[in-house]
Amino acid sequence: MDLGSDIYRQQILDHYRNPRNHGSLEEPTFTHEGENTMCGDLIEMDVELDDDDVITSVAFRGDGCAISQASASMLTERLIGMSLEEVDALDRDDMIDMLGVEISPMRVKCAVLAEKVVQDGADIHRGKIDLDRTNLDDS
Amino acid sequence: MGVTGSALLDVDRIRRDFPVLERRLGDDRPLVYLDNSATSLTPSPVVDAMATYYNEYNANVHRGLHQLSQEASIAYEDAHDAVAEFIGADGREEVIFTKNTTESLNLVAYSWGLEHLGPGDEVVITEMEHHAALVTWQQIARRTGATLRYIGLTDDGRLDMSSASERIGDDTAVVSAVHVSNTLGTVNPVDDLVDMAHEHDAIAVIDGAQAVPMRPVDVGSMDADFYAFSGHKMLGPTGIGVLYGKEELLQRLEPFLYGGSMIEKVTFDESRWNELPWKFEAGTPPIAEGIGLHRAVDYLESIGMDRIQRHEEALVSYALERFDALDDVEVYGPRDPATRGGLLAFNLETVHPHDLAQVMNDFAVAIRAGDHCTQPLHDRLDITASARASFYVYNQPSDIDVLIDGIDAARELFIA
Repeated sequence: MDLGSDIYRQQILDHYRNPRNHGSLEEPTFTHEGENTMCGDLIEMDVELDDDDVITSVAFRGDGCAISQASASMLTERLIGMSLEEVDALDRDDMIDMLGVEISPMRVKCAVLAEKVVQDGADIHRGKIDLDRTNLDDS
Repeated sequence: MGVTGSALLDVDRIRRDFPVLERRLGDDRPLVYLDNSATSLTPSPVVDAMATYYNEYNANVHRGLHQLSQEASIAYEDAHDAVAEFIGADGREEVIFTKNTTESLNLVAYSWGLEHLGPGDEVVITEMEHHAALVTWQQIARRTGATLRYIGLTDDGRLDMSSASERIGDDTAVVSAVHVSNTLGTVNPVDDLVDMAHEHDAIAVIDGAQAVPMRPVDVGSMDADFYAFSGHKMLGPTGIGVLYGKEELLQRLEPFLYGGSMIEKVTFDESRWNELPWKFEAGTPPIAEGIGLHRAVDYLESIGMDRIQRHEEALVSYALERFDALDDVEVYGPRDPATRGGLLAFNLETVHPHDLAQVMNDFAVAIRAGDHCTQPLHDRLDITASARASFYVYNQPSDIDVLIDGIDAARELFIA
């Protein structure tokens, strides 16, 4: 059948069913996790950097809705080769563009969780912030 | 598979009173509204009664000498009488109009709790409480130094009454329990809980938000000290809730909100309170909403609460039958339709409830997905969220068939 909301495009379903870079890294430079308490979305991400602070590999694991998990999978593909400054510059619109579907206000938190996790993890790594765990429902 | 026809209401006739059910959504599909535990739809007679107030006798109550104010006052006071009769209270003195169930429970917790609770006192609630009661008692206990204790659950989602016997004791000052769980659907043995509270000189506070819309409730025979519910879940408007309280308790109780209307005499130094129930209704009250709630009560009574309960049981019974045929769906709460209200929380294996609700939306099916304001209960069930379908007087077995179609479509989409 034709699903009206069109939110679950083939690309999203593909990343949800077969997540890329799923699992963990042996020697990550940093690891960080975050959640949407209200939704129950959880993302934990391992990031490995080279000497110039450029991302060489990423892995994630998590649990939650298709939007949160597919967006994490898609983001990991994009992160490889990025500098931390480029990671800093990622925003909500980048995530929504990447997903390529309309995201209702209720689901935006699902779409941006992975981005916030890698950004907070990078900030903690560089000593910019002190945070145990990202929680989008606290903000 | 089928539903015993005699138990069901004349849904076709009832549906004509709910214009919103004529809406078609998405791909031109008729709305299937299964989010009644969140809020019920509003029938035309209720909307009309409120419009009549605004169009014909729009005025403030209690203080005007002009005719419109007198008409509005009488209508607003009559609404208290109608609600009192509907729930078996002794009279309008025992029926306070609030904003919603949450405010009703806060009124008890602040007015009674802050005055009576202290270190050494125990507040006993259940693991299936809605946040409206749970968070409120948690905070009042913290402020007063009282201890909060929880009655545990059985594996099939009923209250563990041996746990209740252990928790309710001589130090118990309040037993606060939900009548029908908004997540498990469980109908709790509130009569027994009230008796247990009274045996230990504690007061019993019952959250009836999901019970009053669905089944006959008699606060008198239950002997509850306080009983809270909302207008908008029983075909009434939003913005009005009810707190029933025993008159002798309300007489002694300090007001929760201060201001106009709730006073009898004010000087620069002190104030005397108005008579019941107005002592607890400070400021301009929800007049149109009170009038709307009165009409909703009349509407429910014209159907009959016994018949509504049987209708809910028939729909839940049919839904359980359809769900049981699905291997990958877990339904929470008791299995016996006679011991549960007209709602089902469930999860489809490997599909997050938010994704499920989104796919349902494509079928024009409105269900709830999330924690239903019972996060600790979800922790107890070891899940983060669930989907919930809840039924009311205008729902029919075919609505459940569409729900099942939606589940099948979600399965195909995500697990293919």
